[in-house]
Amino acid sequence: MVRTLTRRARATIGVAVAAAALAACGGSDADGDGGAVRLTISANAVLDGKNTEEAAWIEDWVIPAFEEEQRAAGVEVDVEFEPSGVDDEQFKTRLALDLQAGSGPDIMTLDGIWVGEFAQAGYLEPLPASAQPGGWDGWEQIPEAVQQLAAYDEQLYGIPWGTDGRVLFYNQELFAQAGLPAEWQPTSWAELLDAAEALGELDGVTPIQLNAGTAMGEATTMQGLLPLLAGAGEPIHDGTGWTGASQGLVAALGLYQDVYGGGLGDPVLQQETQGRDRSFQKFADDEIGILVEGDYFWRSVINPEGGTAPMEDRDDTVGWALIPAETPGAGVEGRDFASMSGGSVRAVNPASDQAELAYELLTFMNSAEAITAAAQDSARITAREDVNATVLADDPMLSFIADEVLPLTTFRPPLAEYPQVSVLLQEATGAVAAGDRTPAEAADEYAAGLGEVAGGAG
Amino acid sequence: MPADAAGLGRARAAAFVAPALLLIAGFLVFPALWTIYLGMTDYRLTGLAAAEPAFTGLDNVRRALDEDQFTHSLGLTLQFVVGSAVLGQALLGFAIAWLLRERHGALRRLVEALVLLAWILPGSVVAFLWIALLDREDGTLNALLGTPGTAWLVEHPMAAIIVFNIWRGTAFSMMLYAAALSSVPPSQLETARLAGASSWQQLRDVVLPRIRGHVLTNLLLISLWTFNDFTPFLLTNGGPGDETEIMPVFVYKTALFNGELGYGAALSVLMLLVNLVIALVYVRLLRAREAAS
Repeated sequence: MVRTLTRRARATIGVAVAAAALAACGGSDADGDGGAVRLTISANAVLDGKNTEEAAWIEDWVIPAFEEEQRAAGVEVDVEFEPSGVDDEQFKTRLALDLQAGSGPDIMTLDGIWVGEFAQAGYLEPLPASAQPGGWDGWEQIPEAVQQLAAYDEQLYGIPWGTDGRVLFYNQELFAQAGLPAEWQPTSWAELLDAAEALGELDGVTPIQLNAGTAMGEATTMQGLLPLLAGAGEPIHDGTGWTGASQGLVAALGLYQDVYGGGLGDPVLQQETQGRDRSFQKFADDEIGILVEGDYFWRSVINPEGGTAPMEDRDDTVGWALIPAETPGAGVEGRDFASMSGGSVRAVNPASDQAELAYELLTFMNSAEAITAAAQDSARITAREDVNATVLADDPMLSFIADEVLPLTTFRPPLAEYPQVSVLLQEATGAVAAGDRTPAEAADEYAAGLGEVAGGAG
Repeated sequence: MPADAAGLGRARAAAFVAPALLLIAGFLVFPALWTIYLGMTDYRLTGLAAAEPAFTGLDNVRRALDEDQFTHSLGLTLQFVVGSAVLGQALLGFAIAWLLRERHGALRRLVEALVLLAWILPGSVVAFLWIALLDREDGTLNALLGTPGTAWLVEHPMAAIIVFNIWRGTAFSMMLYAAALSSVPPSQLETARLAGASSWQQLRDVVLPRIRGHVLTNLLLISLWTFNDFTPFLLTNGGPGDETEIMPVFVYKTALFNGELGYGAALSVLMLLVNLVIALVYVRLLRAREAAS
């Protein structure tokens, strides 16, 4: 009895030792591939899905061109793209978890608004001299305001590669049916509501889609509440403190009440998990009259070529207009119109084994040649003025954003508390849209929440 | 019974147990203690507190107990457990097992296969099927009931995930009860029948006393599973608003979406305590039963 057990014990120990040895060998697998240096690029983009043109550009242009260039210099590089096609919040969570564990891609695409909190956490490091202004000549082409997308505490942490702006998109066919003009530009919220009322007469048409609630995430804040708040004359952060339950906030929430309480919007859609995608599809199906969105909607959603909700007759049917202030001149700095802008930034992972080469790839990806290639097939507003001058000429919508919207736009404060403030604003809009709170009540709840996350209003 | 049945001696016995203990220490005890520690910090996923978390003691626990969100979430979780596990899965599982107890052949196999299928399909696949079923515009359920435009997951979110979880988890109760029922001696049922007992009387006086232990074990297991179940998140994302934010979803959203890892860890510890209470209640009931018999 004792003997068999001992033998079994020996066998067990043998297996355990073998397993441990195997596990130890596992680490060496990564060194395969003929000694090539490996770099990975990650972005929330995937072929035939979210941001497909960015994915196609990275896979078909950046990777071959960079590998070619390095091969000419005698370095064998193997660049890989890690695609992703999820909500931005999910992408951010995954990226933060990777970075926290000291892993993650070598180069990543970030929303400019994440730069502050990532930098504070030590997930990003300031650019080395070779990529700073003076070391890299590309910065001369990037306007000051756009540079701020990649800045935190007066340090640059990455390179911005594009920006955007928010407008009202409207369906000219539905406008014609409702007896509204094809060239439309409301100059106050009242005029916006008047047009919505007229659209409400049509069967099976939701007059206006103004994002509300937490299910839409940042899209609620960025193309819902913040442009309205700016149109009511108040920035969300005035440089010293956050805006609390102010008159402007109550007015902006009041517009939500007018839209969703007045049957001009679909409150249920705002709460559905896939509500934003569904609103896109409904707009493409001529079921939504007016929709507030960024130029992303034009480029990547209703684009007949490669959009996620393609609209064959986009160029003939879809019109756009500036988002009006509450009344003319009531906007921030006395403006008649308002918008919000954001943008993406590419940065290098400080934990990268190949940081030097990764920075080379980063500047390569932001060279005039590369950015032109990215914007060639599907125009977009890039960070580089030299590229914009050539690629935007053919697209009236994007030229409109670059010429009319960017001069009057505002950016979000790059502060670590911003994401939580944003969620509070989303909750406030959601409560008003669902009819659970009056604008004043929702504003007070927001202000109370603000006290918890950011020490109160300034 | 001799003290050393295997004849190993203290040292060799310890050597045998050591690997298992090391694994438990490394993968269970250490993470649990680490979670308790994290729960006492303001550790975050991003921002300054990610780089230098500060020790905050019991602040997180105090915050949880003060916040409506925590009690709200706990209340939803209890609804979810009682509705879908204790009442739904257990009763439906027993009913199916009872109705099928004397049947053999194609019908029984078909019913069992269908119920089991719901249990063995991967969660993400099942979630996709249910989203399609409950869809507002092209959903199968709306087509069947003739209620176009009803957004079930928005208008009746709790009911939707409770029904979903009943459908999903009934198989376990059904199988456990089927096994339990086959352990009831046919002779006793026969005797009861000869004495003129109705079906209900047979169930109450012959079957239930024999399978009470199985019932309690089943309830213990499915309550704990349901309490910790994350699948409803795939259907509703915890929404609309926070109407289906059961504990696992609440912890996930707090820790990962809001990035409050420290607070999330504290919530996990509280959740573990609630689990322990549930387990203790059932184990007590089981003990009381054993002592009685």
